[in-house]
Amino acid sequence: MLKLPIYLDHNSTTPMDPRVLEAMLPYFLENFGNAASRNHSFGWQAEEAVDYAREQIAQLIGADPKEIIFTSGATEGNNLGIKGVYEMYASKGNHIITSTTEHKAVLDTCKHLEKLGAEVTYLEVQPDGLIDLKQLEAAMKPTTILVAIMYANNEIGVIQPVKEIAAIAKKHGALFFTDAVQAVGKIPVDVIADGIDIMSFTAHKMYGPKGVGALYVRRKNPRVKVTAQIDGGGHERGMRSGTLNVPGIVGFGKAAEIAKTDMAGDTERVSKLRDKLENALKQIDETYVNGNPAHRLPHVSNISFKYVEGEGLMMGFNKDIALSSGSACTSASLEPSYVLKALGLGDDLAHSSLRFGLGRYTTEEQIDYTIKAVTDTVLKLREMSPLWEMFKEGIDIDSIQWAHH
Amino acid sequence: MAYSDKVIDHYSNPKNVGTLDKASKSVGTGLVGAPECGDVMRLQIEVDEATGLITDAKFKTFGCGSAIASSSLATEWLKGKTIDEAVKIDNMDLVEELNLPPVKIHCSVLAEDAIKAAINDFRVKNGLAELVFEQSHV
Repeated sequence: MLKLPIYLDHNSTTPMDPRVLEAMLPYFLENFGNAASRNHSFGWQAEEAVDYAREQIAQLIGADPKEIIFTSGATEGNNLGIKGVYEMYASKGNHIITSTTEHKAVLDTCKHLEKLGAEVTYLEVQPDGLIDLKQLEAAMKPTTILVAIMYANNEIGVIQPVKEIAAIAKKHGALFFTDAVQAVGKIPVDVIADGIDIMSFTAHKMYGPKGVGALYVRRKNPRVKVTAQIDGGGHERGMRSGTLNVPGIVGFGKAAEIAKTDMAGDTERVSKLRDKLENALKQIDETYVNGNPAHRLPHVSNISFKYVEGEGLMMGFNKDIALSSGSACTSASLEPSYVLKALGLGDDLAHSSLRFGLGRYTTEEQIDYTIKAVTDTVLKLREMSPLWEMFKEGIDIDSIQWAHH
Repeated sequence: MAYSDKVIDHYSNPKNVGTLDKASKSVGTGLVGAPECGDVMRLQIEVDEATGLITDAKFKTFGCGSAIASSSLATEWLKGKTIDEAVKIDNMDLVEELNLPPVKIHCSVLAEDAIKAAINDFRVKNGLAELVFEQSHV
């Protein structure tokens, strides 16, 4: 039986795995202790649970448990990782390299640091969404303390050449930070093999609870430290104070364990469904897949349906299908997705995009339903689109003098 | 953001989608908006020479549901009106009828602009001077 509504927005958040919820439940009522309480069994129990979760999470990314710093999520992790390095390594330099397609939590953090005196280079990406390693190499300076490039992009799913980026950073004596929110739990991430120094990720993108994340901070070769951004009791090796969210952390640990054991199977199944969806939608005329198809997360597809507007398109089926559009037709922001624009897409294509994010519970029936609903709506809206009519008549839309309002 | 029932109704069953012969002297065409802004509206009116009444109106719109609904409703309102009456259609009337939220008011502005552009196109074709309009509410 087809179950509606269909959730295809797994890049924004994932449902919790029932196994995760089950693991968390005892830590609300019975084992409610504070992991920092050293003097009684409630505290010991909580600490033990946190240590176990730390181990589960460390194993997923090939880290040592001591290298996991718990946070409230990846926005905090990105802030702590980048601001923490900027403060800690101020005597070494003030230059940070990032890219234009980073998440706002990275871009706005960098902008904030610019106001405090940081010099930030924003690398442009190539039309396929990947950064140009030669440009990165050329941007490195003696004052560069940090290279902050995301592991995989949230809008188009492209996976950056992380190993190569890490090697360039290392060669020039800079640290490598990566926002790996979309990658961890979905594809193999190994901090040693990848050469990552600092990495933020979060539970709710991998079937865990919201409100808990982690920052990986390398302890050896080199030993990395970040300046705390939240002061207090000195938890998490002094890098992040605050009482630990024990149930959340337990859930995060379980989610990490499941991700590790189920990843290969999930990937095989979900990538087949994604490919089916993408291949079917590509049959529609004037449809373009955004981002490098070979270096991409297995569950993501970002497609532009030229001559129809994304938000109008979603309205055709958003009662039944939840997904995301690169267009934002509001007076506050007529700007389409900055990520799609960074790929060099024209505004028309950027306004016409949909992001499909499949997940662990997506079924083939749901994909079949989605293919039909999206195809029908695109065709219907094109019949209503003056731009489609012009295209069909051979009129070059770019040659028209549009009145910008 | 949730859409009003009226917007959903116009989106699902748009009225007067189509194309009139833009070369005809009795047809006025207004094309407003820009692909860069995420909405383009084309609104056309056909005017009966003898009576001066708008006998037909058609639209095609590239845009969000509110833009589609605004142009669909505008074509409904235009039919049967004289040019003088049509000129008076105010974007805020569309906002009210469709319950558009503040972030979607620009969709109604676009529809009003399209009506005026269509009227002026008709006037110029028929040897009349273009009307000069005030800025609508944004």
